[in-house]
This record gives sequence, C-alpha cells and structure tokens, in this order.
Amino acid sequence: MPYATHPPDELDAMLDAVGVGDADDLFDIPDDVRFDGDYGIDAHTEREARAAVEGTLDGSADRVEFLGGGHYEHYVPSVVDHLSLRSEFLTSYTQYQPEIAQGFLQALFEFQSFVVELSGLAIANASMYDRSTALGEAALLASRVRETSGDTVLVPDSLPDRVRSVLENYTEGPGLAVETYPTADGTVDVDGLRGAVGDDTMLVYAATPNARGLLEPDLSAVADVAHDHDALFCVGSDVVALSLLEAPADYGADVVVGDASVLGMPTSYGMGLGIFACREEFLRQVPGRLVGASEDAADNRAYTLTLQTREQHIRRERATSNICTNQAWVALRTAIHAAWLGPQGLVDLAEECVTGVSELCARLDDLDGITAPVYDGHHFREALVATDVPAADVAAHLRQAGFALRTVDDGGEEYLAVCVTDANRDRVDDLVDAVAAYGGAR
Amino acid sequence: MSGYEDAAPYEQARWHADDTYEPLLSEKDATTVEVESSLPDDLTRDELELPDIPEPEVARHYTRLSQMNYGVESGPFPLGSCTMKYNPKFTEDVAAHPGAQVHPLREDVDQQGVLELCYELQDTLARIGGMDAVTLQPPAGAAGEFTGILVARAYHEANDDDRNEVIVPDTAHGTNFASAAMAGYDVVELPSDDDGRVELEALEAAVGDDTALLMLTNPNTLGLFERDIADIADVVHEAGGLLYYDGANLNSLLGKARPGDMGFDIMHFNLHKTFATPHGGGGPGQGPIGVVADLAAFLPDPQVRETEDGSYERYAPEHSIGRVHEFMGNWLVLVKAYAYILRHGDEGLENVSEMAVLNANYVASQIEYEVPYGPFHHEFVASADADAADVAKRMLDYGVHPPTTKWPEIVDEALMTEPTETETKSRLDDLAAAFNAVAAEDPDALETAPNRTTARRIDQASAARNPRLSWHALDDE
Repeated sequence: MPYATHPPDELDAMLDAVGVGDADDLFDIPDDVRFDGDYGIDAHTEREARAAVEGTLDGSADRVEFLGGGHYEHYVPSVVDHLSLRSEFLTSYTQYQPEIAQGFLQALFEFQSFVVELSGLAIANASMYDRSTALGEAALLASRVRETSGDTVLVPDSLPDRVRSVLENYTEGPGLAVETYPTADGTVDVDGLRGAVGDDTMLVYAATPNARGLLEPDLSAVADVAHDHDALFCVGSDVVALSLLEAPADYGADVVVGDASVLGMPTSYGMGLGIFACREEFLRQVPGRLVGASEDAADNRAYTLTLQTREQHIRRERATSNICTNQAWVALRTAIHAAWLGPQGLVDLAEECVTGVSELCARLDDLDGITAPVYDGHHFREALVATDVPAADVAAHLRQAGFALRTVDDGGEEYLAVCVTDANRDRVDDLVDAVAAYGGAR
Repeated sequence: MSGYEDAAPYEQARWHADDTYEPLLSEKDATTVEVESSLPDDLTRDELELPDIPEPEVARHYTRLSQMNYGVESGPFPLGSCTMKYNPKFTEDVAAHPGAQVHPLREDVDQQGVLELCYELQDTLARIGGMDAVTLQPPAGAAGEFTGILVARAYHEANDDDRNEVIVPDTAHGTNFASAAMAGYDVVELPSDDDGRVELEALEAAVGDDTALLMLTNPNTLGLFERDIADIADVVHEAGGLLYYDGANLNSLLGKARPGDMGFDIMHFNLHKTFATPHGGGGPGQGPIGVVADLAAFLPDPQVRETEDGSYERYAPEHSIGRVHEFMGNWLVLVKAYAYILRHGDEGLENVSEMAVLNANYVASQIEYEVPYGPFHHEFVASADADAADVAKRMLDYGVHPPTTKWPEIVDEALMTEPTETETKSRLDDLAAAFNAVAAEDPDALETAPNRTTARRIDQASAARNPRLSWHALDDE
C-alpha cells in the first residue's frame, strides 16, 4: 500500500500489542455480509495512475470557450495556487479546535468581511456550495423568519432550469411553492411582478447580472414590490459584479446570494462557491458556518466558529441547515484573489466585463445577418445574439472552428449566447472572424 | 511529574502584533477607491473600500496565516468520523491538468474526457459500495444524505406510498437528523442498546407504515459493526421502508464488506474521507450516492452513460429528482478521488481498511483511558476522567490534534479517536503518549490549556454573546 506501510517488525509488535495474529482478525463482521469478491480495480504506480487519469481527461476537445451561463472564468493569478496549496491550509479540517486553526479562521473572517463590504449587508457566512444551493437556503431562511403566513418564492421566468431545479428540491421539504414572474425585453417586468406577487409571497428573487447578461435597471422598484407584501427581497449576483455595482442593501435587499468562485477558481467543470449575506436581524437563522472574533486567555483577539447552536452537530433536526462540510478552501482562494486584485483591480476587472461584451456585440452587429445584443441595456460578461440562420447552426459551425458557445431559448426564440471576460478577450478577433466566415459561406 | 512542560517541544507560530496574532489585511491598509465606470451612476456604487496590498505582502499575510494553522502534514489528526488521512500530492497535480479545466455547458461531444471519468467513477464506486447505480453530483456528505432522502421520497411517492418518518439512531451524525428534517420528514430517534448498537426490538417497535427510511452508519460512530444488519434490513424492508447507509465510516470496510450486500438501498460516499481528497479546512467535499436498481430511475440529472459507439453522454433518469447542485458539484474532488482509487487497486484499498482498523486498535491498547465499547474498527471512543474538552485543549500542547470530543453522548466525556491508516507506529506512539501525559495531569490544571498554540483558550461565550463577524464589527473597538 502506497501511503502507509508498517515495516514487518513494527507490524508484528502492533499485532502483538492488540492480541491478534492478523489485522483481518479485528473485523467483527458476520460471514453472511462479508465481501469475498473483487472490485476489479488494478493497482497503479503513481506515474501510471497519473498517466491514466490525465489520458482520460485529454479526451475532451480543445475549445475556446465563450460559454458563461452561470459559471465564469477569470484569470487566476499564480499566487492563489501557491498560497492556498500550502498544506497547513489544504490538509486541515473544520476549525473545531480554534486555538490551533487561527490562520484559516482569520482567512474565513476576511472572506466574510469581503462579502459584507460588497453586499452592504451586516452578516455573511463562510460559504455555501454554490449559487443555486445558496438560493435554496435563502428560501428556507425566508420561511423561518417571515412573520405572516405565506409559502411562495417568486423567481423570474428567465431563471436557468438548473438553478430552479435545485431551488425546488430545497423548498419541497417544507412545502413551499416556486412560482414565476415575467421578464420583458430581458429584465424584470415590474408591472408583471406586481401582478404575480401576493400575500402568500415570502421571497422575491432577482439576479443582476441576470440570465440574459443584463444588469437590472431598477431593483429598488422590485424591492418595493416585495416589501409591500411583507416578502423578503433576495438578490443574486457575484463578487466581481458586486465590486462595481451598487451594494444590494442600498436598494433594499434583505438577502444576497450568488457565486464567488468567479475569483480564485479555474473553470473546473462548474465548481462553485456560494455566498450568503443577510440583514443582522436574521443572524440566528443563518445557515452554515460563521466565524466571529473573540478574545483568548492572553487577551488577544482570536477567531472562532460561533453561534454553532444553529448548526446540525448541535441542533440536529432543528438546525438552520444540514450543511457541514462547505467550500472553505474555495473561499480562501477567493479571498487571496481578491486581496491580490485590491479595490481598484476589482473595479477594473468588473468594468472589463462591461466593455468586453459590449465591444464584441458591436463587432458582431456589424456583420450581415447578426443582431447583437438582442436586448437594449447594460450587459455584464454575457449577451444574447440574434442570427438570421438558426442559432444552433451557427454554434455548430463555430464548434468546427474550435469554439464552444451555447444557445439560449428565450420565449420560443433561440439565440446565440456569448460570454467575454479577461480570460478569453484575446480570442474575440478569432471569434468574430469565424462568425463572419460562416456568414460569407452561406 | 509528567506534563506538557516535559513533553517533546511543540510551539505553533504566532505573529504577535499589538493585541492580535496577525493583523487583518484591512488593518494593514484599507483603501477607498472612487468607482469610475462606463455604466450610468445609478447602477454603480460610488466607492469601494477594501485592502490594497502589494503581492509580496499578500503572500506574507497568507503564509503567516498558514503557519498559524494545523493540518494533516503538521502532525496526527485523529478526529473521529472525519478520516483525516494523508492526501497524496500527486492527486493535486492530476486535478491541475489542463484537461480537468472544462466548462460544464460544453456539448457532450466536446467534454468526452470529463464524461468518461465520471462514467468510470460512477461504475467504480458502485462496485465498491455493492450498489447498482451512482450519482456523483452531491457537493458534500450532507448533500448526499439530502439527495438520498429525496430519492427515497420520490420512490415512495411513485408507489403512492405516503410515509413521513425517518428513523435515526441516537449515535448518528447530526447531519442525518438535519438532512431528514430539511427534506420534510419527522425524525424518530432510536435509542442504542447497552452494547452501543441498534436494538432489534426497539427498531421493530419504531418501524411501521410511516417509516420511509432508516439511516445507519456502519460501523457506527462507536466504531462497532452492527452485527444484526441483515435482520435490521429485513425489519425495515418488511415495513416497506428503505435503508440508508451513511458513508462516513466506510474507511473501515474497503475489501471487507459492502453496504449493498448488507441490505442497504441508498448510500453516500464521503470522498474527502475514504478516498483522501483534502478537506481544505471545511470543504470542498463531495458526497456521491449509490442506490439499488429499483431507485436508479430517481437519481439526479444528469447521469453519465456509455453509448453504443463507445462515446459518453449525459442523460436525465426517467423519474429524476432533478438537481442538487447547478453543475456536477466539486468536480476536482472527483478527479482526485478517482486517481487515489486507481493508485491503490483492490489490494491497496483492502490494506487501507486493515491498517486503519489496526492503528485504531493499537492506539486504544496503549492509552490509559477506558474504552467502554468494542470490538471497534477504524475508530474508538475513549472515556476521559476529566472534562473531555479540557483534555482536547491540553493535547494540542503536545503537537497533536485531539479527537472529536463529547460525542457520541452515550459515552461520558467522549474522546472519539480515528488515527487513520497513514500514521506510522512512532506517530501512533506519540499520539498515545499525548493521551497518557494528559491523563496523568491534575484535571484542574487542564483548564489553562492550550499554551503552545497560536491562540490561548478562546472565550466562546463572548463570541456568541457579542457577535463580531466582519471587519466593520471591529472598527468600533
């Protein structure tokens, strides 16, 4: 066995100390449930195992991605890997013994502080799995704190099916309903929302940027509609966008959820880092880990997991959530990336998300048979593009040319979607050329 | 006198600056920048206040923080039920391979490498668990529990069978109770018998037409194998319920027994436990679940299958519960776990469990504290003759991480200890020596511990009474 071999003399000494002749004698398993077969897995040397897995992974095509759709890539500076992979961080556990885990606790405290600053809300937890599970937890929080009766979560009709499916799984247990309000021209239809909201509404959710890549123009109006019906207002966003956008608390958000893996993580097939922030009055209903400051016996500031009586290992079936292992190490990476960028770097990165997609759209719009963007308004990273030929055909052609783009069905129309960040902006020329070449070949 | 003063020297790093061990970045420099943007003013913030630190000082800050943190590579980490074993380095390199960095919304044909790995891992975990189908999607063990309970509910509903109770033994992990409650079930707690196991008569009394699921950890949190598992399964199945296996303790059964063979219908795997992916100070984990054939149609969307032409595709099972994560959970954890499994093979995996169980039994044989329940497997629960929390704090002074304390509650002053297979005999001896040195101390003297860690004993009550959870909460001080 590769990582634990007791030399024969030590193995014998240990078996003697325990009083058995063979380690197998220690297994108190009845014969009728003993496994005497094989898994059929061959052992590999490290070199072989590495070659086998990497060889499998190499089976994916080489594509320049303009995808987005809920998972976004920004350049991750080398400092993130080198610091986060320090084994004292990477190989540690949840900080149940805070005296020996001050480093990670402080990093998580700094992460919470970052989310507090961006959201404008007083409380942020140490992480959720991803943006969809964070939204699910927001719905559960709303059902616990809302004083009047009501069981309905209102989400925009553009909410991605993947996110809605997770939300519905979270809300089914307590018997909550997920219902839809309309969008118009890509953003919240406030009049339509007024028609959809009711006294049974307990949470209204809106995202900015939204699923069409648009920044919502008037979320304070959405907040007013929610609050007029004693519902909470939950905003979805991400930590890059929030660095530039007005803090959601300033226009009435009660809860902010979203993604923070946009900083600190490579593409990694959609690994997430959910953020969860809320108003101070909901503190004791917050799901997940919270790191707080305290003092130690030397009267120095020290950090610790706190308010643990909310959590499953203390409160069991009355816990605010079942979450235990979360995304702590991803939060550490995000915190390092944010520290590396600094405030101006964050603002600049976010601004690049505004200008990059806008410039791509302008260039695509100049091509025959293309309208970009489909909707007027301010875009962030993403936009929908209308094509005279079926969007799927354009996407298929671009795939042949080495790109990966997706199509989006919006109200029965199928559009091409583009996503531009600092990580693929240097390939925009190639993409425009490939789209133009397809147009010319038709 | 034996005491920590005489023990092998250990001192954790401490970067003392005024009243803090390391200032916050915001205390080093908080800069407010005016936000300039091409967006209209009403969409943007006026300013953003965050630390503005050059890269060399960022590197120093996090290096100092890492030095004030204890991991498996710092020393023994025998936290019971957490399986804090060594995390092989090469798996990090495999996860960093460019082929692992693929966007999930690519078409299937453009992500064949990812899908093939998922397919192979689904199949491999199914064989290890004795299950018929596996979903990789749940992003942690507790998420796996939640997913498994949703699958069970969907199955019962498909049979028009209205059941509203989940039975959980009193020694179970807190997540079992919380996951069942989140899925909308009433939780029925099952008391353990005098031997620390499920009592068949109590179970027979507890099950009925309302029983949707019994959740069980085997070996249980005392490290004891539920010897009556076949009868337990019969009781639950005869009542129309399903049996759920909590995979937290699977590190004791590799090559020895499979949950599917014991009669379990649903199980989760904690990849960060059994298959050595790093826990990262609280995640990312990953909690795939396996199910028997009758439940496969209810698994989350997507599953991965091989097509007739040998390629791989995603598909939604016929009666899928939908999603529990937007994409595939913590994908890089899947990559690392698969590499770990390939590295070991059948014999290596069986040896993992044999050595995990031997190491636990060896440490237990070397310590003064009583271990009231046995025969145990990969972990044991000792009973301290002092406050277990104080014992744990003093153990920190010996340069070892202490066991899980005060749980399960059926053992007085519990010290739940899981050394894992990756400790050498001399490290196990160090660990036993730490136990015994603390046992020899005056219990009252333990209240001042720890002394050799970065922070001294931390005031938990004040942290909860006066919550200070961000930079701004400290500004006023």
